[in-house]
Amino acid sequence: MADNPTLEMEAPAPAPVKRKGVKRRMFLIGGVAVVGAGLFGISIADSNAVKTAAKLTAGKGEHSFATWLKIAEDNSITIYSPHTDIGQGSNTGLAQMLAEELDAAWDQVKLVPAPAESAFANTGLGRGFLGEMTGQPAIINGVPQSFLSFVARQMNLQITGGSSALRYTGQVTFQKVGAATRLALMEVAAKRLGVPVGELATQDSHVIHSKSARSLTYGALAAEAATQSLDNEPTLKDPKQYRLMRQSLPRLDIPAKVDGTAQYGMDFSVPDMRVATIMAAPARGGKLTSVDAAPAMAVKGVEKVIKLDDAVSVVASGYWPAITGLRALSPEFSDGGNGSISTASIFKAYDDLIAKGEPAGEAGEGDVKAGLGAKPVEAKYQVPFLHHAMMEPFALTAHHKDGKLDIWGGMQDPLASKMKAVEVSGLDADAVTFHPMLIGGSFGRRLPMYMEIVEQVTRLAMQLPYPVKLIWSREEEIAQGAYRPQSAAFLQGAVNANKRIAAYSNDYAQTESAESETTFIYDLPVVARRHYEHPSNQITGAWRSVNSTQQGFYNESFMDELAHSAGVDPVEFRRNHLKAGSRHLLVLDTVAQRSGWGTPLPEGVGRGVAIVESFKTIVAHVIEASVKEDGSPKVHKVFTVVDAGSIVNPDAAMAQIEGGTIMGLSSAIGEAITLDKGAVQQSNFTDYPILKLADAPLVHDIHFINSGAYMGGIGEPGVPPAAPALANALFAATGKRVRNLPILTQAKA
Amino acid sequence: MAIATTVNGKAVMLEAEPDTPLLWAVREELGLTGTKFGCGVAACGACTVHVNGEPTRSCSVPISDIAGKSVTTIEGLKGADGTLHAVQKAWISAQVPQCGYCQSGQIMAAVALIQKTGKPSNAQIDEAMTNICRCGTYPRIRKAIIAATGQAALESTAPEGAA
Repeated sequence: MADNPTLEMEAPAPAPVKRKGVKRRMFLIGGVAVVGAGLFGISIADSNAVKTAAKLTAGKGEHSFATWLKIAEDNSITIYSPHTDIGQGSNTGLAQMLAEELDAAWDQVKLVPAPAESAFANTGLGRGFLGEMTGQPAIINGVPQSFLSFVARQMNLQITGGSSALRYTGQVTFQKVGAATRLALMEVAAKRLGVPVGELATQDSHVIHSKSARSLTYGALAAEAATQSLDNEPTLKDPKQYRLMRQSLPRLDIPAKVDGTAQYGMDFSVPDMRVATIMAAPARGGKLTSVDAAPAMAVKGVEKVIKLDDAVSVVASGYWPAITGLRALSPEFSDGGNGSISTASIFKAYDDLIAKGEPAGEAGEGDVKAGLGAKPVEAKYQVPFLHHAMMEPFALTAHHKDGKLDIWGGMQDPLASKMKAVEVSGLDADAVTFHPMLIGGSFGRRLPMYMEIVEQVTRLAMQLPYPVKLIWSREEEIAQGAYRPQSAAFLQGAVNANKRIAAYSNDYAQTESAESETTFIYDLPVVARRHYEHPSNQITGAWRSVNSTQQGFYNESFMDELAHSAGVDPVEFRRNHLKAGSRHLLVLDTVAQRSGWGTPLPEGVGRGVAIVESFKTIVAHVIEASVKEDGSPKVHKVFTVVDAGSIVNPDAAMAQIEGGTIMGLSSAIGEAITLDKGAVQQSNFTDYPILKLADAPLVHDIHFINSGAYMGGIGEPGVPPAAPALANALFAATGKRVRNLPILTQAKA
Repeated sequence: MAIATTVNGKAVMLEAEPDTPLLWAVREELGLTGTKFGCGVAACGACTVHVNGEPTRSCSVPISDIAGKSVTTIEGLKGADGTLHAVQKAWISAQVPQCGYCQSGQIMAAVALIQKTGKPSNAQIDEAMTNICRCGTYPRIRKAIIAATGQAALESTAPEGAA
């Protein structure tokens, strides 16, 4: 394997994509520039990265292995994670995976964020995505690891998203790093004990020779083992031997989150620091045209008013004077030519495009026009922009001093954040350091495609003689989001005399194709999906489970409509269109059985089912719901069955399904971002309502099927089936079909 | 003019302007960052502290209103010997937090509820626990409150089939 990769090596072409004419947004989480190269490897990495990592992490008496692992002579084990644990428990899971294969003593393992440096670019992630996109992981197996690692570092890939941490970083990299390091430790031990490797075993950070009742600690072997070259394809454990994986180990990050000691970006401070807040052009795309600084400067504690191209910022001794100063200003902004854009204008454009029938991309098979016949069942659906509304508003601190720039805070891609600051500041990469901190929620908002906050704080810091923490108010955070796209769909279906679907058609309009996140699970003779493209002045965001939410809502609601139109029970109707023996069928049958599908319910309560596959995980919900006196929905019980292939930490996985389900219900019931004159009309939790505890289901039965299939994601897949299962339950309860979300229309119109 | 108050049992003088919300005085002047900024309009509860034992959204109370009163923040919940409060222990057992940002406020709201009601019913929990959690940890918040007050779980939510 070459240590010094060159770009002369030819890239294997991705496998041909069967669907014709569809623009594939190859990278699942929003189309960043990793498309095209499409080549990443496991990061039992090239030697340059390994050497740099060792220099960055290993002090005296400490030894670095394959970038991501450090074993100290006192037996402590440190794992460096390229993922930002936003609360999904993924770092605990990653530690379990590496420590499992290493046979490490769990109480001596700690996990810390990897430095935001290119040596720690996440190569396993890229490889995992590529394999999934083409459906042929084999095509990258022949590519030298060193080359793949090199490419990932060029791409600054250190992202968290796409439900990727455990299934890619974990399976592709961390388990192998653990296993390969264990083998190196055993080889050194064999030499020292003068016995064959085959007579050795490992447990709790010890290599054991039971015949002679001797053992050596990993700490004692680490120095010499670190000089060995590691096996790139070590054999992994049989799951039957697992001691740490598949166990509900308590999450490593939780104790600091119950006593106030956990430090988020918002909490960072350094001596002499000032606090700034900011307001950008309300109509995205607009510029700052004028502002009189005097009213802000009159506020005690305000030190500066800084004009940026499209925003105005107030710098003060603390947040309160800063926001008081900002609110005293009357800045004028242009609308960037977007003054005519509104929620209604976007839906109108969608309708017109669909009616015109000239899609930007299409997928499917069969002659859909003939299949639909003269009288198909038809329905039009509409969903709004959705906001992430993470609990911690953006807050980053930056300090430019002596030609160096330091930034502290939490983003989903620390390395890309650093490179953004390099680009904006004009400094060399060596002069910029991004210090990753805990993140107070993200759900896709802190991805590198929309990092205005990094640019803003860099611009402020470059012109201030002191450190500055930039905090976005909640109003700014709501109004300047990167929203799940507003979308509309026109669905058509024909059911034949045997009550089987003869043809199914989904014409949907939004900013970008949803094809990458649309897995249509039913086995139909004729199916078509057409995408109609219409831009707005809003950024197309990746919102927890990305396009799977609206596509899941469309398809699973319409399947229900077709079932009722055919006069067939909704579970039975779905069964009739799933392949015998498939994972989907087992998930559906299991959720029907666990929920008591078909058994009587109290008066006024309806039952709805939905099943969606996203990020390679299949989730089905059965929801029991009714309508409250005030007309709002009440969710009584949720039954969920999940097939994610296998589960690393069952309790942490369950927490993700609980939370994902609630986020899906919250958005379905009350959330909408609407536009008028190109600007967002919502401003805070008062008009962007998030579901509260009293409205969360009192009963949520969650069951995992361990099918052993390739590991799917767990952070996102609980979301998509929630909205259609609720809408279908409300139909069962009331006979009224929900085709527009949110169910409580919050739109001010 | 400094404002005299008590925070976590210690007498303090707050120097900020009198209209400064308690939240920002606690965070920026006293450096107690466990109390979080979430919305600034008392809608989310991430900033919940106790003022004279009452759960209070500190982003919307000026420090001029708390002169002479007693404030408890998340940092003041542990015992003098550093032992976690029973509610904090229950939060760990139930593995409640995900991102964790709202949890200081959730815990302060829960402690106040328990101090008031002893063993809160589901309806009392629904009424009192109005803090927002975007991660959706509500089922575990409920479970932890019930466990912390020695009540039997209402419904089992143990994972099945995952071994």
